[in-house]
Amino acid sequence: MPAFATSEPSPKLRGDERTAKILVAGHFGAGKTTLVNVLSQIEPVSTEEVMTSAAADVDRTSLPDKTTTTVAMDFGRLHLSDQLVLYLFGAPGQPRFFPVLEDLSVGALGALVLVDTRRLAETYPILQLVEDLKLPYTVAINAFDGAPVIPDERLREVMDLDERTPLVWCDARDRVSSRDALISLVSHLLTLTPEAVR
Amino acid sequence: MRPPRRSGDRLVRTYVVTSGRAHASRNHFDHITLVALSTSAVHLSRAQLGPEHHMILDKLAGSAQSVAELSAHLHQPVSVLRILLADLMEFGHITTRQPIDAADPTRSLLEEVLAGLRNL
Repeated sequence: MPAFATSEPSPKLRGDERTAKILVAGHFGAGKTTLVNVLSQIEPVSTEEVMTSAAADVDRTSLPDKTTTTVAMDFGRLHLSDQLVLYLFGAPGQPRFFPVLEDLSVGALGALVLVDTRRLAETYPILQLVEDLKLPYTVAINAFDGAPVIPDERLREVMDLDERTPLVWCDARDRVSSRDALISLVSHLLTLTPEAVR
Repeated sequence: MRPPRRSGDRLVRTYVVTSGRAHASRNHFDHITLVALSTSAVHLSRAQLGPEHHMILDKLAGSAQSVAELSAHLHQPVSVLRILLADLMEFGHITTRQPIDAADPTRSLLEEVLAGLRNL
């Protein structure tokens, strides 16, 4: 059974494990980093991507490099079995980072969209983004202390959620709660995946 | 997410690290592609390799790593890592394990993920 404690040293990879990834999307401050770190079995890490291509960089050697921005993405690793490793990527939500997300989303199983009910309006572009990426998703309301508790039906209505899209509540600071949100997503993915035709 | 940062903060520009190349010659390094030292790596000359190549090989000596993890350790964007890794692949220093093709996930994969999560 995988270790479920971040205090233990990062489990080593042999290199022959199978890997899968899930994106954790959400507006700024929705709790993406918290959720990724609470579940990850490696030290908090982040990777970067530049928004302009390296070729554009080369062409601009004589100019101040002002068009290039770097976006950092927090990610974590979970050893689900001896043979299967899951990576979680905290995906930046701003529409201008779409190319980075598009690259990251290739091969992703799906997305968990984290929402703070105090900032619902900021969630709409994220949902649009995830839908544009054609990623199946589950919405997880991160229950911040003091955030308004809005009935699920109302949340579904304002977010215009498909009736099949799961809506769950979680506390991103809590491992079990965050894990359960992922379980809800993967259960949803299963309902979308037909039985193999034999 | 952290606020975006200008790449000018970097000590060495990305095009220096990659010798001006913008695309990996082998475009098969996903964020979660696992990279490991090849069995022959210890016998190969590293004379042609740059400092970043050495950093990657040193990192892999301890454990296999995903492309994203190598990117984080080297403080280089994934796009740069792809180019460096393609070099190492070409010289035979590394082997890779492709991620599961999740565009069309099988039920058995999802059930395995689910079981793994429940066991956490």
